Amino acid sequence: MPVTYTSGEQVEVYRFSIPATVGFPLLALFLQAFVPRRFPLFSYLDLPLLVTIFFAMARRNPISGLLTGAVIGLVQDSLGGLPLGLYGIAKTVVGFGASSLGVKLDVENAGARLLVTLGFYLVHAAVYFTVARGLASLTLNWSWSRGFLAGLANAVLGVVIYFFLDKFKQRT
Amino acid sequence: MESVLGRYRNLIILVGVLFLQVLGLAVQVKRGGAETENTRLIRIWTVGAITPFERSVVWVQRGVGNIWHNYFYLRGVRAENRDLKEQIEHMRIEQVRLSEDAAQARRLQTLLAFKEQFISKTVAAQVIGSSGSDLSRIIYIDKGGDAGLQRDMAVITADGIVGKVMLVYSSVSQVLLINDQTSGVGAILKKSRLQGVLRGTANGEVVLERVMSDEQVPVGETVLTSGGDQIFPKGLPVGTVANVANGKDLFLNIKIKAAANLDQLEEVLVLVEKQERQATAEDNVRVRAADILAQRLPSVPDKPATDAAAGTGNAAGAATGTSAGSAKSASTATPEPKPIGSATVPQSKNSSATTIPHVPVGASPAGAASPQAASAGTPSAGAPSVGTSAPVGSTTVSTPVEHKITVVRSKVPFIAPSNVVGNPVTGSKPPAGPNKSAGTPSAGLSTKPAQGPSKKPVPTAPSQPTSQPSSQPSNRQPPADENNPQ
Repeated sequence: MPVTYTSGEQVEVYRFSIPATVGFPLLALFLQAFVPRRFPLFSYLDLPLLVTIFFAMARRNPISGLLTGAVIGLVQDSLGGLPLGLYGIAKTVVGFGASSLGVKLDVENAGARLLVTLGFYLVHAAVYFTVARGLASLTLNWSWSRGFLAGLANAVLGVVIYFFLDKFKQRT
Repeated sequence: MESVLGRYRNLIILVGVLFLQVLGLAVQVKRGGAETENTRLIRIWTVGAITPFERSVVWVQRGVGNIWHNYFYLRGVRAENRDLKEQIEHMRIEQVRLSEDAAQARRLQTLLAFKEQFISKTVAAQVIGSSGSDLSRIIYIDKGGDAGLQRDMAVITADGIVGKVMLVYSSVSQVLLINDQTSGVGAILKKSRLQGVLRGTANGEVVLERVMSDEQVPVGETVLTSGGDQIFPKGLPVGTVANVANGKDLFLNIKIKAAANLDQLEEVLVLVEKQERQATAEDNVRVRAADILAQRLPSVPDKPATDAAAGTGNAAGAATGTSAGSAKSASTATPEPKPIGSATVPQSKNSSATTIPHVPVGASPAGAASPQAASAGTPSAGAPSVGTSAPVGSTTVSTPVEHKITVVRSKVPFIAPSNVVGNPVTGSKPPAGPNKSAGTPSAGLSTKPAQGPSKKPVPTAPSQPTSQPSSQPSNRQPPADENNPQ
């Protein structure tokens, strides 16, 4: 039994049906590819990242979380023109971290979810930029203010989305 | 050992997955980034999974939009239609003027044995998606290999260039936008003719590189494709210079505002076929203003020659103008085709009032109403009209048969001066009637006996007519014949 910082109860571990497991990541990827053409500001949001964090925290299984992150990241990479693996590596790290954190923390309330999502957004950006610069030799400009604001926007949206996705959780 | 593996199982798997991805990334980077074929299968799967949704949404969106715009929201359509028709009239006139310039350019290109590139076939496509990332400026279009698309084809809009086709699937293609940091387009500044390389930045801006810092590049100058990249044909609009600053290594840092709205593309054109051929002079010379205008203006029934002769000089002038403007040869210039001489226009009840003012001619539209009409019949009668039609240049050609031909090309060469009844330069007499107008010298082209080997242009100002009668009147000939007068 894992050591938790909850109020003594064992943390809940959830699973999802196959349609939800496949459908929500695909929907997130579709919206991420489709909406920014109509609303360019939407590209500041990262729906696949939010889905990765949610599934990882709900399942509370690091291996499942990192694999979910890796798959979603690689699919997101393959939609772009850059080499495969940039988003894959970043989301693998995020998936592992979110599921590991979910084992130890109760992340069911909105405040915790907001902070966790903001933190993982920054982690994701840091890993992505490091890999893109170090391995792919891409020129990227990092702005703390922009990164923080984008992270905050993602966190707020994440809280809303998580409450919607909670309805599809199934107790193990 | 087993306990160690079991204890650190999660971490080991994490390192393993990360290691595999880093290895794959390194291989891709070494082999040339994402453009290699080694990741094609994964991309095909992804595109196959995502794009059907995008196509469906775009299809529904278009259907709903069409229903709304075509059946419900028709407010202002009549006014818009009227405005567009007027715009078409303007553009047709402009087209005729430009076609003259194009014909001249073509003749010069022929002389220089230029090879031209023509866009012979395009495929219209709809944008259905993007990469969804700020760092990868990619769009997806709903046409692929089935529609004849291939890699490295140029993608444009009516406003300017958009990008090039990167990956082609059966029914979808991936397009790399020009503001992606991995793209590169050969570009040239329109006025200064400075060449550079157009690149995207990480922020999605477009910059022109490789222009030396000692060059003067004004803000607002138009940037065109240079054709050097072998993807975009030469001369397509790219954008305008938005900002110029000193950059690194003695080069300017020129930011470009893209002509096409790259953030909100909906429909694009893919250039699937380009032709390269030798320039020929015959392509465009037969497109004449008179032909186009004659289709639009009402015709006037034939009149007996005696009527015309008995009438004012304006009638003759009108006929003369017709033959001059239409640039017909002496044997073919008859009043049968719908005359476009200005004298004919007011006579018609059906003539559209909107078409005539569009003609930017300096001459008064109605010869009869012109004050110069009183002096019709004299060579100088048409002088003011000709003079105000703003001749933009003259070309003098010395010919082996000791004739000097002066071509005066007006801005509106297809509108004949209404009250020209003779050659203002040579002072030739006006014709007796419309049927004889073929023998009347045209307003823009006159011949006179050569005065030695001098190649000075003959003064063509109509206000200073010479008194020497022309013994060999000529009409405006097709450009190819200008070097070979009768």
